[in-house]
Amino acid sequence: MADLDEFRAETRAWLDANCPSEMRTPMRSEKDACWGGRHFQFQSPAQKQWLDVMASRGWTVPDWPKEYGGGGLSPAETKILKEEMAALGCRSPLTSFGISMLGPALLKYGTEEQKKHYLTQIARGEIRWCQGYSEPGAGSDLAGLQTKAEDKGDYYLVNGQKVWTSYADQADWIFCLVRTSSESKHGGISFLLFDMESPGVSTKPILLISGNSPFCETFFDDVKVPKDQLVGEENKGWDVAKYLLGHEREMISGMGLGGEKEALGKSLGGIDDPLLRAEIAAFDVDAISFAAMSERFIDQLKAGEAHPAMPSMMKYAGTELNKRRHELIMAADGSDALEWDSERSKGGKAARDWLRTKANSIEGGTSEIQLGIVAKHILRLPGA
Amino acid sequence: MMTLTDDQRMLQDTVRPFMAEEGAIKKELRHWRDTGCTDGYGTGLWKQFAELGLTGILIPESEGGAGLGAVEAGLVLEEIGRNLTPSPFLTTAVAAVRALEGSAQAKRWFPGILAGETVAALAVEEGRHHDPEGVALEAKRQGNGFVLNGAKQFVVHGNSADVILVAARTAGSAGETDGLTLFALEKGAGGLDVGTATLADSSKAARLNFDNVAVDADAVVGEVDGGWAPLSRALTAGRAGAASELVGVASGASEMTFEYLKQRKQFGKLIGEYQVLQHRAAHLYGEIEIARAAALKAAQLLDAGDPRAELMTSVAKAKAAKSAALAVQEGVQMHGGIGMTDEHDIGLYMKREAVLSELFGGPRFHTARVAELSGY
Repeated sequence: MADLDEFRAETRAWLDANCPSEMRTPMRSEKDACWGGRHFQFQSPAQKQWLDVMASRGWTVPDWPKEYGGGGLSPAETKILKEEMAALGCRSPLTSFGISMLGPALLKYGTEEQKKHYLTQIARGEIRWCQGYSEPGAGSDLAGLQTKAEDKGDYYLVNGQKVWTSYADQADWIFCLVRTSSESKHGGISFLLFDMESPGVSTKPILLISGNSPFCETFFDDVKVPKDQLVGEENKGWDVAKYLLGHEREMISGMGLGGEKEALGKSLGGIDDPLLRAEIAAFDVDAISFAAMSERFIDQLKAGEAHPAMPSMMKYAGTELNKRRHELIMAADGSDALEWDSERSKGGKAARDWLRTKANSIEGGTSEIQLGIVAKHILRLPGA
Repeated sequence: MMTLTDDQRMLQDTVRPFMAEEGAIKKELRHWRDTGCTDGYGTGLWKQFAELGLTGILIPESEGGAGLGAVEAGLVLEEIGRNLTPSPFLTTAVAAVRALEGSAQAKRWFPGILAGETVAALAVEEGRHHDPEGVALEAKRQGNGFVLNGAKQFVVHGNSADVILVAARTAGSAGETDGLTLFALEKGAGGLDVGTATLADSSKAARLNFDNVAVDADAVVGEVDGGWAPLSRALTAGRAGAASELVGVASGASEMTFEYLKQRKQFGKLIGEYQVLQHRAAHLYGEIEIARAAALKAAQLLDAGDPRAELMTSVAKAKAAKSAALAVQEGVQMHGGIGMTDEHDIGLYMKREAVLSELFGGPRFHTARVAELSGY
């Protein structure tokens, strides 16, 4: 305990000395995040400085091993770092699908060369990744994917189409599920990594009901992928995919926490309507409880005590909560919140954020898929 | 860390099989209910609790107890809830011990509690709903002591208690926290009329009428006019404990229901094969896990003396009550007709949930308190 207290004190002092003041204000949207990558335009010198100083300490990925660019911190130390960052209001230095999704899968399934090569780049924010999972005919039934990878000796030839590829138009590389065999549904899938600048890759943004386009359609036309970019064994990519999905769901479940430190009712200011106040208070009971659950889940995960299907429960609960949060914000703001394009509405932020949340319970596996996974793997209900 | 320590796990490993066996529904709840027990719980089991060191779980080691905290008490209560074990543990070993700790009255009552010979009750409510600040029962100075006049209700175990902790008003008016005084009233006081009500869950609660009940000044717990301090300690501990017990009730009811889904066939299929029930079951599972986390967090904050403990305790009590309500309602519904029979245990969970949910404040009381403590 004394060591941890010392670590906490040192961490606080270091963060206080090294985190620029501009990086200690709350992020207003995903646009304020530092995504890294070859084409990333830093919003300010402070944003770049914060990324560099954290990456050099290995603290963009504090719990990864040092040899792969991580900080080598224990679960308890990682938790302290997060708490101290929260206490000082430090922004996350790097938001990345490489950190939250691909990294953990590579740590488990990657070769030593792959780990050394990709993980260090992820830790430094040099490569921005996107996820090639869903296809037009394979949404909830993800394993029904048809994008084909043909064995051509020293490379795979990839042809097909992905959809709902988050930020594909801004990504440098993709981690992608492809079909290498048609003999078995789940047993014919492989997990490939490749450069989005490879000849034959093209993307097209999808306009959503929020008026924004965070997702793309992604097309592969005779894309050549070197064989050393296969993760895990050929035809065993479903294991990698599922493992990664667990981490994706864990990340998405964090939306249930909101970005605010205070209760929703407090952040909305005075609520005169007693019926709305009651609804918001009931929401806050659920939200604060969910925050406790999140903390418990992460602690159990690090201790190896979490059920493998627990991310599904968390994803379901967290995203449903986030949708409810935005329904209440809309209700509290009344007709103000309906302004879609006006000066005082900051470009229709309330309404667009509200609509964005509707995807939360669809992306990364729908709420119904998550409930099915909990029923089957945790409750062991028959035929689930 | 929100994982259990090795010591806490050991305690759980001891208490879980003990309660499943000695505190089982058939052995305790149904037995005492069906034999017309006037206490509503088994004194033999209370003795066994003492032998295991459970009655003194919160009593400091220097006074002969185990010196443990709300987390450990919560682990015991979860097992009590899971087995619907009738017991004065929550009122005596948790709420009363927290009220009495550090007071002159502790020496008087702790030895009996440690020995499993003394049962305590908390007399706070004067109306249908939890309102500790609204206490109006009057305590007037007279000679070397006080005279109490007024009425209390929903005094759980009040008919069999050896000592009743009575919240009374010595100054100020109803609605104020200042001016309350807590008295440790011994059984059999003159002028005290004890009316017993059997509650829906077969536990016993008293309606007390105070007609010029005289008490000595040394029966005051803590300070005169400063009763809010011991009272709120008792209430906070009681609420956190009730949250854990509700999580246990929810767990017991849901586990029974999930098993039933794997056994009952209709239309040639196990009913657990129907997606409409699978999704409801999975949702219920999540709500209970979230309530468990909230109850654990509240207990940890209480043990750490963290200022957020009050808020978290109300969050936990509200969340646990809502999750347990869902568990028992889904439990009875998914059991269908058999769930409506007295022969089946699932309905007993519904009755226990209803009482525990109201005890120390229902979910609406605590939801409103969450808003107040959050500053809106």
